Parts: sequence; C-alpha cells; structure tokens
Amino acid sequence: MILEARNIGFAYRSGAAALTGVSLAIEPGRNVALVGESGAGKTTLLRILLGLAQPSTGELWYAGSPLARPRMRDYRRSVQAVFQDPYSSLDPRHRIGRIVAEPLRGLGLGVDQSRVAAALDAVGLPADAAGRYPHEFSGGQRQRIAIARAIVGNPRLLLADEPVSALDLTTRVRIVDLLASLCAERDLTIMLVSHDLGVVAELCQHTAVLEHGRLVEQGDTDRVLGAPSHPYTRKLIESVPRLP
Amino acid sequence: MSLLTVDGLTVRNGTGTALVDDVSFSVAPGDRTGLIGESGSGKSLTALAVLGLLPPGLTASGSILLDGADMIRAPRGHGQVAAIVFQEPLTALDPLMTAGRQIAAPIRRFRGLRGAALRSAVAEALAEVHLTDADRIARSYPHQLSGGQRQRVAIAMAIACRPKLLIADEPTTALDVTVQAEILDLLDRIVTTRGTALLFITHDLPVAAKVVRDTHVMRHGRIVESGPILDLVSHPQHEYTRTLVDSARRFDAALKRTGRDS
Repeated sequence: MILEARNIGFAYRSGAAALTGVSLAIEPGRNVALVGESGAGKTTLLRILLGLAQPSTGELWYAGSPLARPRMRDYRRSVQAVFQDPYSSLDPRHRIGRIVAEPLRGLGLGVDQSRVAAALDAVGLPADAAGRYPHEFSGGQRQRIAIARAIVGNPRLLLADEPVSALDLTTRVRIVDLLASLCAERDLTIMLVSHDLGVVAELCQHTAVLEHGRLVEQGDTDRVLGAPSHPYTRKLIESVPRLP
Repeated sequence: MSLLTVDGLTVRNGTGTALVDDVSFSVAPGDRTGLIGESGSGKSLTALAVLGLLPPGLTASGSILLDGADMIRAPRGHGQVAAIVFQEPLTALDPLMTAGRQIAAPIRRFRGLRGAALRSAVAEALAEVHLTDADRIARSYPHQLSGGQRQRVAIAMAIACRPKLLIADEPTTALDVTVQAEILDLLDRIVTTRGTALLFITHDLPVAAKVVRDTHVMRHGRIVESGPILDLVSHPQHEYTRTLVDSARRFDAALKRTGRDS
C-alpha cells in the first residue's frame, strides 16, 4: 500500500462537511480514479492527500504507518501533483529547465541537470526546451512540462487533478498514452481525479465515486463502470455522450 | 433561401496571417449545423464574424449574409435574427445584475415590453429553459447560481427575442457531465419546438453528434470536410477527421470494454 486514507472527514469552520468517512487505498501499480462532479469534494480530498489541508477526522497512512510530521519530507518526495490548467501551473517568468528542476530544489535532492534532461526526454520534449519559456509552448506541451516537473524526483505516486480536461481531444489521447507509459516504465502509480469516464476507463484499474463528500461506490473500474451498483454512478455513465 | 450564407470568409490578424481561411457554408432555417475543430481551428472566430463581433485588430473579407444583411460591409444589430451562447456563463453574465434583469434587457429592447408584461415574459423565458423556482432565480446574482443554472439563464437571454439562428459556442464544455446532458437536451428541445436554426461549435465530436445533423470539420482556419455527422463519424474521408474520430473512439471503446468484461 502506498497511501491509504482512513475514514477521512473534513468540515469547514462553518461546520459544513465537505468529506465524510472517506476510506481509499492506493496500491502500487493500480491506478485509482476519483470520479465525481463539482462540489463532490474531489479537490478537498486531493488537498488532504497532498498535505495542503488537515483532515478534521481520520488519518492518512503512508507506506504502512500513520503519516506524521517527521515523515513529511520523505512523503513529499514520493508524491507529486499535476493540475488541470497548464496555463496557470507554470511560472511564466521562469525557463522550462528551472521549472522542471523545482522539486529537486525544494526537496533537497540536489539540482542535477541530467535529471532534468531525462525528465524532459521521458515526456517527449526536445532537450532545448529547457532554455525556453512557457509561452513558447502549446497547451499539450505545457502539460508535458508539468508532468516532467512531477516525475523529475522519481515519485511513487502522481496525484493528477483533471490533467487532460483542458486539452483538445487528439492531444488528450497523446497525454493519456504518455501517462500510461510512464506508469509502466517508472514504477509510478497515478491517482486521477477526473469527470471523464472514458479517460478513467483507459487509465485506471480502480474507480471510486464521490458524491456530496461521500464515497458511494468503489472497486475495479470494469465492475464500477461496467456494472454500477449505485444510482449516481449509473447516472454519470448514462450522461456520457457516446459516438453514434 | 438560406438564413446564413458564408462565402469565402477570411479573417486576418494585424500581421496579415489568415486565422480563418476561405471558409464557405450555409445554414437554412431549421438546420442544425456543427462547426467542429480544436484550439486554433478558427471555429469561434467564424461565429464571431457571423455576428459582426470580431475583436479589434482582426479584419474579415469575403461575404456573410445573415437574413439578408451583409455582416462584413454593413454589420447591423443582429439581436432579433441571431443570438449566441458562450462557453463560460460566468463571464457571459454581468456579475452586478440579477438574472431577471439580464433576461429582461433584450426583451425590453427588441420586443418593447414594459412593466407586468415584461415581468411575465421573463418568467416565461425562465420556464422555457426549465428553471424551476423562477422567482428566486430571477432575483439571484450570477455568483449565487450553479454552473448549469447560469448556462440556462444565458440560454434564456439568447432565445428571449425568438432569434431565427442560435449560435452555441462550446455551451457545455465548462459543465459537469450530468448537467451537460441536461443542457444538450434543452437545446435540442428548444430548436425542435421553435424551428430555430442552430450553429453548434465544439471540439467534442460525441457532443456534436447528439445535437447536429450536418457538420463542417475545421483545422488551421479551413474547412477540411463537410457532411452529415453520421456519415462523417462512420466514414471519415479527410485524414484529420479520421484522427478526430479515432481519438473519440479510443475513450468510447475503453468505456464499452468495462461493460463487456463484467
């Protein structure tokens, strides 16, 4: 088990509950999809998993024991994130080389240009990209840069928040292929937050469905999407526009 | 006779680059036409040119006839002929004005209604887009509404003056998938019951397939393929259309597989 959320609850100061009793385990090699709509609590859960918010109840277990402050540095090296909008996630004033090296600097891993070059190569960008600025790249290329930054420190887990929703369909296919090949080659597991069930089916082995802060259903993707047991899951699947 | 005839439309930026390049198509009353393309294909600029709303710095050439009016040489108010719904309802609506007042504005201007008649026309418009609790919605500011409710308000504004042509530019891209399904149903019902022509702009082939009959595929400012959408999906001729269809099929097939395995 890489990461386990045990009975996580989160409430705002007003008392409104954003998450209630969420238990979710991420095993190595089994990509997990977190599916749900606006306001379901996906982002709150992601913030808790990233250590950016503290759960009101429950705890996170990392590599077999409760995640406590002394282990945070180790944890942060192992868990990286990719966000939805590659136009806001890259600092426009920095060159790509510096952006990609950021986790190495921040986590005290030592800035090694050969690791930056290897990360750029792994996401299919040319080596000279390191000397250029974000505005010189398209949306799909920017998302590759964000992925290069996430994998440069060889994390075990990638938390990806709607990583392909802002991309064109043909670009979406290429980025999903890239993520799948990174998982296969780098011993990387992905937790994907997405409302796109086609992408979920393509990339994730386990699917958890979140509605109003509660997990209403989770299990093998084939079972959850193929034979959903909860009415909300069924409604989600029925709403997906299909090709004639 | 066509409601909209676009002939040889070319839109250039300040440096002379053609962003829309020699685009021709027409929309007859009651048609449902799609413009499908990815970022930078020129689909949204084409829609703005049709309404005479190109941003400053861009110049259009060729010809656009919208219900007899020349929208390039002598653009005139299009309010009663054509209306548009944009992708992001939060930026399309005025944050300082209640939904009711925003819907009332075009009705007052183009249908000349005032007072009680205006209020009942607003209520009617809200009912038409299936907003229950119309009183509360009319008194709400955009930030007090959900994404789906906002887009319904934007649609109510667009159809309040009974346009002959409704242009929808990625109207569901910013919405959750269940809300998207509802909004697509709503658009479908509105154009069916009123006989309004629909020009539907999207990058999403499966979404287009739900509402349009004929479509044009755009890439780099040009139309690369045109035809009934069912033919296009089953027998794409142009290489780019094939790539689009294959991409959509990938995710469609992945979803279908889950159904088969269990």
